Amino acid sequence: MAEVPSGYTVLHERPKAFYDTFERKGELQQQTHYCPGCGHGLAHKMIARAIDELGIQDRVIAVSPVGCSVFAYYYFDTGNVQSAHGRAPAVATAVKRSRPEAIVFSYQGDGDLAAIGTAEILHAANRGENITVFFVNNAIYGMTGGQMAPTTMLGQRTTTSPLGRDPFNEGYPLHVCELLATLEAPVYLERVALGNAKQVMAASRAIKKALTNQVKGLGFSLVEILSPCPTIWKLNPAKAQERVREEMVKVFPPGVYRDHTTERAARPAPPPAPGLDELPRLLDLEGHEFDRTGLERPAGLDLRIKVAGFGGQGVLMLGEVLAEAGLLLDLEVSWLPSYGPEMRSGTSNCHVRIADQTIASPLVAQSNVLLAMNEPSLRKFIGDVETGGWVLYNSRSLPEGVTAPAGVEVLCIPFTELADTLGEPKAGNIVMLGALLEAAGQLPAAAIDRALEMHVKSARWLELDRRALELGRETARKELANAYV
Amino acid sequence: MAKQLIKGNEAIVKSAVLAGCRAYYGYPITPASEIAEAAALYLPRAGGVFVQAESEVSAVNMLYGAASAGVRAMSASSGPGMSLMQEGISYLAGAELPCVIADITRGGPGLGNIAPEQGDYNQVVKGGGHGCYRTLVLAPASCQEMADLTALAFDLADAYRNPVVVMADGFIGQMMEPVEFAAKAKAPGSQPWAVEGNRETRPNLASSIHLEPDRLEQHIRHLEQKYLRAEREAVRCEHYQTGDAEIVLVGYGIVARILKAVVDEVRKEGIKAGLLRPITLYPFPSVQLRALARQAHVFLTVEMSTGQMVEDVRLALEGRKPVEFYGRCGGNAPSAAELVQVVREVARRSSPVLIPDAITKTEVCHG
Repeated sequence: MAEVPSGYTVLHERPKAFYDTFERKGELQQQTHYCPGCGHGLAHKMIARAIDELGIQDRVIAVSPVGCSVFAYYYFDTGNVQSAHGRAPAVATAVKRSRPEAIVFSYQGDGDLAAIGTAEILHAANRGENITVFFVNNAIYGMTGGQMAPTTMLGQRTTTSPLGRDPFNEGYPLHVCELLATLEAPVYLERVALGNAKQVMAASRAIKKALTNQVKGLGFSLVEILSPCPTIWKLNPAKAQERVREEMVKVFPPGVYRDHTTERAARPAPPPAPGLDELPRLLDLEGHEFDRTGLERPAGLDLRIKVAGFGGQGVLMLGEVLAEAGLLLDLEVSWLPSYGPEMRSGTSNCHVRIADQTIASPLVAQSNVLLAMNEPSLRKFIGDVETGGWVLYNSRSLPEGVTAPAGVEVLCIPFTELADTLGEPKAGNIVMLGALLEAAGQLPAAAIDRALEMHVKSARWLELDRRALELGRETARKELANAYV
Repeated sequence: MAKQLIKGNEAIVKSAVLAGCRAYYGYPITPASEIAEAAALYLPRAGGVFVQAESEVSAVNMLYGAASAGVRAMSASSGPGMSLMQEGISYLAGAELPCVIADITRGGPGLGNIAPEQGDYNQVVKGGGHGCYRTLVLAPASCQEMADLTALAFDLADAYRNPVVVMADGFIGQMMEPVEFAAKAKAPGSQPWAVEGNRETRPNLASSIHLEPDRLEQHIRHLEQKYLRAEREAVRCEHYQTGDAEIVLVGYGIVARILKAVVDEVRKEGIKAGLLRPITLYPFPSVQLRALARQAHVFLTVEMSTGQMVEDVRLALEGRKPVEFYGRCGGNAPSAAELVQVVREVARRSSPVLIPDAITKTEVCHG
């Protein structure tokens, strides 16, 4: 800044939150790119002055939009982020959440905020983001040469509404403050105008208040600024201001649409971040150890298991417990579910591999164990079981017309019914697991027990599952003994 | 630390937090939703931020905001959501902002279905957004790689100041395998270019706009240099049994897992097959593929699509050797048995005895 000559007193000066010269601008670095009489220059100045008065310049991050104010970063000597068309509230949301100490404002025009960015402004407001939004409404697309805006007034001619905005073709002007005032979260919504000095003074107060709210941590504030666009409106600056004063305010009444600044408390500060050494515990990375003392890692194992049944029969969980047990035994394992609509109704299945060698494909096309909890699954998959493999089926016998491939062992036990005798038919999957331990016999029960412990969080269910497991083993032992007799 | 049996999707989140990620912005979509769910649980625990955005469009722009502020941030989606994110990815690349996006792919086009497919290759690897930019793309083939490559993705994103996509099919996202996580958590770093809302960073600007053509060209050339550097330095791939391979199978993600089983199977029959698995889809392992053309008679690309990566394989080989293609799509994965048949057929067709000596010699010269 040049020194003040003696004898002069400074009454007005450029706000410090503006750069002295606009170096990012390229040419004409002493003046803005805004047209004479445009409201943006005035709005910028009021924001910059409020930043000065609040002493927050270092903390401010301005998020500029697409539109005439795309180059706001030429002028504000603050941190600057330039965003995509309409997305400034989303960008500002994350800037603020990333740097809660920063004072973040987005500055957006009517096309940016009220057309392409409608979702972003609505949801940022609805989340009550602690940001400030300055919304400059001049009822026209200025930057692109005068196309219709969502806020273009009825009858207003634009290059894309050449006959004047017709409600039957273009709908009605969008009222942003009124719209956002239907939400609970916003703290402060005010519409101001730049139609005369008095209105400008009121605008200045609103702008400062909106920033103050953020400094206090109160939440979402938006100031809509009805602003002249002399160039595109094809009016001289005085006439353009008159239009704001006489016409725009009738369509967009200035006023406070929400002010909860006195009753709203500051949003709670985020809790302090934990130390890095606490992260493994917080990420549930601990507690996966298993004492393998006395247990032999089954050699030569290559279980390719398919578990299938109705959704709700615990098919995926049964597979998970098997895979978890395999991992506890230091084996290679994989678990691959069918997912999606099957989960919500109909059949469900998973592929489990447990092997002592690296598993190439986790998909099980040819299985050596099929655990079928229902008939459709049995019918679908029994043909894929290899010689020497096992089929466990949730019934007393195979259904009519179904035969196992040659050399495949079949064990038919009504697992769900057995579980029902324990008072919980849902434990049928675990009864089946018990039977599998007896039939296929390669997985130590201790590993299954530990895997159950890891998966079943409720003590009641764990106790029940342990009984179900035992019941399955016992029943299978008897069945197998009978079969061999 | 003991290995943990964990879904690929969940492994991404835990690994991201250990790699210093402190922000997740995303919109749920099958088969990627577990990533958002795990992030909603673990990010706040780690002192980070989780926001469920109103759309993928908003989510990717939130990444833009978080990256501008210098925070390691991520999102995740699947085909339809990735399509919506493309605008934002272009802006991120243009503004040189790092972030990580996981794409857990499903069937398309349109709503398609939610079963695994690899039809996102073109939009993710070639870049579905506007302008001269590239996205670095990592393709995990196991849950362990979901963890490892996510951590790598954050480092690459910072090193190249560019978005990095971890692209895995729905199988890899949904399946569970044992994963060993990094023993030590990385501290979130700080970036000299970030806009943090303090005096030191007040002069900083995150922006992708360069109004003057000369300045924009200069900027694009600068980006181009970064991508050329990535092509020299960041390529990763896995060779499996390629040492003497006459048929080189090329596949990524779950397909590569199946192809490994296929290689083992056909080798029992005396077919000398090998597998080249691209781990980085961009930069693509072109040099590594070309090197294999010296000995291989034929390349067979297998994808869960009607053939997208195969174009990069052909470009890499520049006509040196025939490139065959086999694809399944719509959510169907080829079975090992099915692919064994395909390999047998390709082997029969391209048997070197059918190729006249002169041509074979020419091919040797090429090497």
